[in-house]
Amino acid sequence: MKREGEIRISSGCAISGIFCRDGRRISGEAIRKSIAVMHNRSNGLGGGFAAYGIYPQYRDYFALHIFYDSQEAREETERFLDKRFDIINLSKIPTRQIPAISDAPLIWRYFVSPLPHMLQDSQLDEDEYTSRSMIRINDSITGAYVVSCGKDMGVFKAVGYPEDVADFYRIEEYEGYSWTAHGRYPTNTPGWWAGSHPFSLLDLTVVHNGEISSYDANRRAVEMYGYSCNLLTDTEVITYILDYLTRKQGLTLKESSEVIAAPFWTTIAIKDEEERKRLSYLRKMFSSFLITGPFSILVGFSGGMMALNDRLKLRSLVAAEKGSTVYFSSEEAAIRVIEESPDRIRAPRGGEAVIVSLDKESRC
Amino acid sequence: MLRRYRIRKDESCVSCLRCARECSFGAITAEDGQTLSFHHERCVDCQRCVSFCPTGALCITEDENRFRSNSVFRQDDIREIDLQARTGGVLLSSMGAPSESVPIYFDKLLLNASQVTNPSIDPLREPMETAVFIGQRKEGIDRGSDGRIVDNLPPHLELRTPIMFSAMSYGAISLNVHKALAKAAETLGTYWNTGEGGLHESLYPYKRSTIVQVASGRFGVHETYLNTAAAIEIKIGQGAKPGIGGHLTGRKIIGDVSKTRMVPEGLDAISPAPHHDIYSIEDLAQLVMSLKEATGYRKPVIVKVAAVHNIAPIASGIARSGADIISIDGYRGGTGAAPKRIRDNVGIPIELAIAAVDQRLREERIRDRVSIIASGGIRNSSDAVKTIALGADAVSVGTAALCALGCHICASCHTGRCAWGLATQDPELTKRLDPEKGAERLVNLVNAWTREIQEIMGGMGINSIEALRGNRMALRGVGLNAKELDILGIRYAGE
Repeated sequence: MKREGEIRISSGCAISGIFCRDGRRISGEAIRKSIAVMHNRSNGLGGGFAAYGIYPQYRDYFALHIFYDSQEAREETERFLDKRFDIINLSKIPTRQIPAISDAPLIWRYFVSPLPHMLQDSQLDEDEYTSRSMIRINDSITGAYVVSCGKDMGVFKAVGYPEDVADFYRIEEYEGYSWTAHGRYPTNTPGWWAGSHPFSLLDLTVVHNGEISSYDANRRAVEMYGYSCNLLTDTEVITYILDYLTRKQGLTLKESSEVIAAPFWTTIAIKDEEERKRLSYLRKMFSSFLITGPFSILVGFSGGMMALNDRLKLRSLVAAEKGSTVYFSSEEAAIRVIEESPDRIRAPRGGEAVIVSLDKESRC
Repeated sequence: MLRRYRIRKDESCVSCLRCARECSFGAITAEDGQTLSFHHERCVDCQRCVSFCPTGALCITEDENRFRSNSVFRQDDIREIDLQARTGGVLLSSMGAPSESVPIYFDKLLLNASQVTNPSIDPLREPMETAVFIGQRKEGIDRGSDGRIVDNLPPHLELRTPIMFSAMSYGAISLNVHKALAKAAETLGTYWNTGEGGLHESLYPYKRSTIVQVASGRFGVHETYLNTAAAIEIKIGQGAKPGIGGHLTGRKIIGDVSKTRMVPEGLDAISPAPHHDIYSIEDLAQLVMSLKEATGYRKPVIVKVAAVHNIAPIASGIARSGADIISIDGYRGGTGAAPKRIRDNVGIPIELAIAAVDQRLREERIRDRVSIIASGGIRNSSDAVKTIALGADAVSVGTAALCALGCHICASCHTGRCAWGLATQDPELTKRLDPEKGAERLVNLVNAWTREIQEIMGGMGINSIEALRGNRMALRGVGLNAKELDILGIRYAGE
């Protein structure tokens, strides 16, 4: 059977997210509890977590989480990294052996910063330098896969039910101000850890529930701009599109949401003139990045989180608030299990981006 | 020499002589004004007489008398040799290339649909967007000092449906056909194209739905013409006769055709094979810019080329020439007259051309910079959907539009005797087309196709046409070899 990346595998899913606007760092226990409620929305073939604010002591360094199939792949990758980055710290990511999770790859973590002279020669900023290096590893080193590469954040994922994945990675030992989680229900057995979610590039992570019908149009469009979609998953292409729109085109997340889940022309037609022009411009300029078909996504980034549904709202997504904590989930039950009485609970409309960010005073 | 068709009538004939009045080829005449006489050798099988026979008495068939069959020299081969031996001339033909030996790839492509893992979308209940904007895009956004996005897009064409009408010139077809196309385009929110014969003054009010063409003969090109349009098309070539110019006989250059083309009455209008101011790609860039200067940068410029072997790099060159839109016309594209050997042997099918061009422009990272219109043998809505999934922004149709107006594809346009009143300037024949009714039929056709496109998109769970563009996973191939799949960029059915 073909491995994920050689063939496109569709999947249904559960997603959940917790964001502390006041910057309070909470343990991974809550998100584990939330995603575990939606056990039935996964089938044991993929689960994962993204966490922000977990490496305050290494806040200024890119944190690389990397899967290796073999020691050779690790050695080759480390040689590659050594030439381009200053490696401040490296270690195996601590795990807990449990029967539910097997066939683990070698899982390593590095804290790095680009070598100054290499960075200067490249004429790139450090984000672009790092992202290109990571895409290169995924593209060209067999048996190596960069799981995440942002600052003060990390992705933990595996093949298994999300609650088992949490136990495997000892997720309760990490503390972050922002957490997302994913339980996967793919339609066949990839058996490949990299295929699980979240998917990430730099500090951007995406968990996604849905199957987009515009996939190949989006993939072929984003691949024009130097991205290479190795996994053939929706999540991967959505991540790259968001990275392209925000980091390379300079759109805000709100504007990006108006591109990927663009309002219908009939909706645009009834807006006032300025808004009409703005929305029409975004649709015309970035028409290749319109995403159709069902999706609900949680986008994590440094200092914030965005929840977004496709424009017809073909997937469930619930948002809730309690004090300065914001919750998102595929099902209300997954919020109620960790916050029994939210101040507010609602279902965002299709195409309506809900964006939360750290309160000013809590930013560092 | 053997005749090709045989005209027969049965006993239900009431000798009303309607068939003789309808036949513009002299194949049925009324001797002494009362007895029908059949001249089988003149019949082109246009079916006009059959359509108008009140009792259904007429029947046109291929003549049963055949040359002795030979697997190398077929019927047409022998017939054509005879014709050329008699006349010493180049064989002329019209409409698109017949496709016996060159595959129609559309028929080997199958479309996808949603099942279980994602929902199909019902176009009767949910919005299903078919609007397309075509034109040039910038590489990045600009923001004003207040941080707001500034609209930096060059002018675009807005199509309510991704179907346009192909270029057909006044002279090759009648003014009534132009009227019907213009009216229909306006009603449909799409565009029609004047072709290279200028724009009749009575059609100036349709300015916003009109694309004016500038071809190598520059017939009817003047400042007002360029400005009486939504877009300007530079025609380099057409699918039916790549590398070949045009020749409208003096017989068709009469009255308003002469005036509109700015060619003296009775004089042949010859379009040179190349534009004599374009001998290379840098010359094209200059013409593009000249036309933009002449129209104040308010109109997109389209460059139309025939799909030939090197189409991918050619398209890439055009994309970098300042053109906003590339129009590619495939091997099966129609014509009012073309040398038969050229029509049937030069160029490549539109499916392969679009796939190659779309892929090449993506590899060069300039696909988003230009838009692509595809044409050449698009027969129905599923052909249109497949073309867009292969990578086109929109399609244009010529032959299908003529069929909506009555054309039966007898491929005799070059005779100027079109019995349906389309490809002719004979006032007795052109009045056979009522432009109002013609427009209504064109509107019906495009609306019907648009509905079908919406159904197909909905089935795939796609609710906006831009998500279909270049979405090759929506396609699977059958009966294709590995190389064909590779060029089309698709997988085999079952993969």
